[in-house]
Amino acid sequence: MLGRKAKEAVAFTLFRGCALLVVLALAVILGYILTGGLERMSVEFLTGMPRRANTQGGILPAIVGTFYLMLIVLAISVPIGVMAAIYLVEYEQSSWMGRVFRLAVYNLAGVPSIVYGLLGLGIFVAYLGFGFSLLSAGLTLSIMTLPLMISSAREAIAAVPGAVREASYALGATKWQTIRHHVLPYALPGIFTGIILSVSRAAGETAPLMLTGVAMSLQRLPDNLFDSFMALPYHVFYMATQSSDLQATRPIQYATALVLLLLVLGMNLFAIVLRKRYRDKYRW
Amino acid sequence: MAWKIGKGGRCRGRRNKHLPPREKAIQLALAAATWTSVIALAAVIGELIMGALPAFSSIDIIAFFTGTVWNPAHPLYPLYGVLPLFVGTMMVSFGAALIAIPIGLGCSIWLAEVASPRVKAIFKPAIEVLAGIPSVIFGFFALVVLSEWIAGVFDPVTKLNALNGAIMLAVMMVPIMVTLAEDAMNAVPLSLREASLALGATRWETVRHVVVPASLSGVVAAIVLAFGRAVGETMTVLMATGNATLLHFDFLRSVQTMTAAIAIDFGEVEFGSEHYHVLFLVGLVLFTITFAINLLADWVTRRFKEDY
Repeated sequence: MLGRKAKEAVAFTLFRGCALLVVLALAVILGYILTGGLERMSVEFLTGMPRRANTQGGILPAIVGTFYLMLIVLAISVPIGVMAAIYLVEYEQSSWMGRVFRLAVYNLAGVPSIVYGLLGLGIFVAYLGFGFSLLSAGLTLSIMTLPLMISSAREAIAAVPGAVREASYALGATKWQTIRHHVLPYALPGIFTGIILSVSRAAGETAPLMLTGVAMSLQRLPDNLFDSFMALPYHVFYMATQSSDLQATRPIQYATALVLLLLVLGMNLFAIVLRKRYRDKYRW
Repeated sequence: MAWKIGKGGRCRGRRNKHLPPREKAIQLALAAATWTSVIALAAVIGELIMGALPAFSSIDIIAFFTGTVWNPAHPLYPLYGVLPLFVGTMMVSFGAALIAIPIGLGCSIWLAEVASPRVKAIFKPAIEVLAGIPSVIFGFFALVVLSEWIAGVFDPVTKLNALNGAIMLAVMMVPIMVTLAEDAMNAVPLSLREASLALGATRWETVRHVVVPASLSGVVAAIVLAFGRAVGETMTVLMATGNATLLHFDFLRSVQTMTAAIAIDFGEVEFGSEHYHVLFLVGLVLFTITFAINLLADWVTRRFKEDY
């Protein structure tokens, strides 16, 4: 039999092993994508049009397509999400309605992304007649990121102490003046963090795009909302599973994956740093 | 996941009745934005039902739920048995859970109870970075790298198989689990640990007999939620498991999940055809499963929550 101290040592060593294993998994995945992707990476790859069924040339349309999708999400999901968060924290009074909203946001967050694809296909592509377009995909991604946007903004607004509001009310400010001039400024860094995380989630999402009209290869950039488009995550999937010569295009697959990874992780890291600085600044 | 309504709104009274018009308009606009979440959820459910409805009359529903062959592309006799897809989903999800639960638990305990603040400051962002990696990257890694390793060790029947998907899904589940489970453990008050240590228990005994039981509802909810995400994950399993639709229980052979079937088949399906509506029905089944899992997690958190 082991002694009690020895048991503790064994258990804690095992737990440290688990943690190391997770860090190792992260390092291995990042390492493979990085080393594999650098081989093909060049300015021409980032700024060129794809040629010969994507086997040569660059991935500019995919980069621009993903960028446009992020802009649509920014324009739709962010205002709605922030407004809903303000309402939920500052206005919602009935506990019954609060529970309904809470459950709706909570369950929306758990809906599989492919189901959002079905929603986009049925409503935006078919029913509203937007077709397989940038707009259909952007709207679908906006709905998908909405719960994340609401819950992160709600958390940031709820973290502002009640005393700030009371002081504002005591000076005769109305409810909206209080929110606008005293609550939102303090909550802004937290809201901003949530925005970046939501948009980066949208940038990396693939499955909903497959049902709302992402294109396999385009020689041009989309020039309006109803145009077809390419997107980075779908390009990774398409090149890795369906391109004409899977082995020969492997460097392109790695390089596209690397571009997507750098974009999404860059945004995530920025959000993490921003949140940390904000937390250090305000300690209520 | 506790949602404290009106945490910041301590001083709001019932004075909306005499609001100036500007204030009233703002409140209305904000309320309308909030309703979008409810409308969106209703739209998801409504769209799935509307899309699946024609399938109820054109195919045999009992055969759909009990059929062991999924061959919707057959020109004359398409067979829509959802069981192979359901079993595929459950194999990779339970396989992933089996790998992720011990590792995730170990990680959470280490992070909440053992790690020094300095190590934590590095490890927590690492977990967040892992959680932020897009699923298509995991899928790509499984397809190109992990499948080769598995082929080298196990000599599988097909190079892309359920085990490949399960391992990759496990890597995706761990960060979700760790974030939530660590929160639950941190919520256990220090005084409980101090009492245990003061009675002469070692730190490990304290973790085992005090911290884990006290945070059990949060830990279980974390596991259930992570499992729900695994069931709904599309790109990783789509790229990792090879997408053969035969019914079997062999982890070293190819399977297709419900999510992957929807994603792949829509590439070739004719708009409004029988196959199209059956895919919405598969989506409805998938949604029902994940919805039930989410409600279960929510229920566990509320029902067994210890308040200190």
